[in-house]
Amino acid sequence: MIVAERKPFAEIKEFLAPYKKVMILGCGTCVTVCQAGGQAEVDILTSELKIADRQAGKSREFITGTVTRQCEPEMVDPILEQVKRDQPEAILTLACGVGCNFLAERVGKVPVFPGVNTSFYGTALEHGVFAEMCAGCGQCILHLTGGICPIARCTKSLMNGPCGGSNKGKCEISTEVDCGWALIVKRMEELGTLDKLTEIYAARDWSKSFHGGPRKLLIPSVKIAAELAAQAEEAKKPGVKS
Amino acid sequence: MKSGSNLERVITAGQFAVTAEIGPPMDANPEVVIEKAKVLKGYADAFNITDCQTAVVRISSIAAAVLVLREGLEPVMQMTCRDRNRIAIQADLLGAAALGLKNCLCIAGDHQSFSAAGRLKGHPGAKNVYDVDSIQLVNILKIMRDEGRQQGGDPLKTRPQFFIGAAWTPLGDPIEFRPIRLGKKAKAGADFIQTQGIFDVEAFARQMEKVRNLGLHEQTAILGGIIVPRSMMMMKYMNQNVAGVSIPEKLIARMAKAKESAGADKEKAKQLQEEEGTKLAVELIEQVRAIPGIKGVHVQAIEWETQIPEIVKRAGLYPRPSAPA
Repeated sequence: MIVAERKPFAEIKEFLAPYKKVMILGCGTCVTVCQAGGQAEVDILTSELKIADRQAGKSREFITGTVTRQCEPEMVDPILEQVKRDQPEAILTLACGVGCNFLAERVGKVPVFPGVNTSFYGTALEHGVFAEMCAGCGQCILHLTGGICPIARCTKSLMNGPCGGSNKGKCEISTEVDCGWALIVKRMEELGTLDKLTEIYAARDWSKSFHGGPRKLLIPSVKIAAELAAQAEEAKKPGVKS
Repeated sequence: MKSGSNLERVITAGQFAVTAEIGPPMDANPEVVIEKAKVLKGYADAFNITDCQTAVVRISSIAAAVLVLREGLEPVMQMTCRDRNRIAIQADLLGAAALGLKNCLCIAGDHQSFSAAGRLKGHPGAKNVYDVDSIQLVNILKIMRDEGRQQGGDPLKTRPQFFIGAAWTPLGDPIEFRPIRLGKKAKAGADFIQTQGIFDVEAFARQMEKVRNLGLHEQTAILGGIIVPRSMMMMKYMNQNVAGVSIPEKLIARMAKAKESAGADKEKAKQLQEEEGTKLAVELIEQVRAIPGIKGVHVQAIEWETQIPEIVKRAGLYPRPSAPA
């Protein structure tokens, strides 16, 4: 999942200050799980803003809601309709950066602000503790490293670690951070595949990662199937000859 | 000869090698480097010029190495993977070779957060690179030198001829993996290895036994790292905070005794600790030298380079083999 944390209240308050009618929009997927931007957080943030407004002797209108996934067109389209109807002066989205981008490009002249800092792809280790597990580098090498990612979990993304900074299973940057390569070595020992690590992994082709530019993924079969379906739909309409 | 460097010549001749370290200053003053070079000339076969160690901005390794070279010493430039991608790394290697540098130590580099761990502000918010890791870097140097190719495959008409070095933390965690990783460095093309500072000679000797069993001591020349301890505080700090450095209690106790024997006299305490540290360094050199498979020592006297001549002399490693005219 995408892990995010809510932005500090002061920051949100500052960039919403000029607007009298604000839409606050949660997302029902990843950010709900990591308790940064679901309906509960929308309600809490709205209350905080109302209290601050009242303390400042002001009042303004809030429109609130949550979309199951702010990164999907069919789920965001109804919001676009609602924006046209209700005409908020600004939208604060508690979705991840994907949701914020997606909405900003579709919503017309209404400014969209981020209510969370989108952090990483990760998982919950326990209640309230999330950890990064994947860097989305576009060329998975987990089969070489016992299923534990050196790109995401080694501070230096070393392919041939661990470096000299590994200390009692922790990274040189902090005793709070596991050494990714210590985890890999331990895991491969368990699996009896440690001998694989005698191989030198060559310099990576980073062009599959963000370093190759913003990425797009095309699945031709899905794209063509969708186009055919649309054509068939069009043909069924009265007055159109197939 | 792969590089024609003095260090390569000494090692190839089977002589016990000595390298030492020179840290460049945090400003643009070349005199600091030149002064250190003058003091150290003749006391080691080659001198490592650190590359922004602990991620602190200093005169670059290549520039300081050229300053040292002009003084008639042989530098070992250092190249970290932290600050440059493969384009900048190779451009700098070509430039360094063109300027006459012949040795290069390839290392990952301390994380940028280290720059603010001490008293300095540093640049903890810097973006790091790590396009390649230290083992891949060693291999890039080898391919450039031996196959006349850049990493991407384009040909090199004039090849940079480096004697290729790498670092090794013999007592780092996970300790059972350390000899295997050394093997990867040798396989990638490391001609010589400089180790992390050794204080626990017994534990190091055990790792060296594994290294000999793998035959690695014949594939690459291992120089044992000697950090000159200057005070009890420094020893305690290193023991607690520096990964892969463990200092036996009896050595710390010796330094403590030296400090205490000065009573309340701070100047004397400093003097006695420095003398004890010098003795310790000399003893460590002798003990490390006695371990089969060790081809030399790498002496680091951090911000205390002026003490290196005394240590090298006391260890019986002076004069150094002179370079042929």
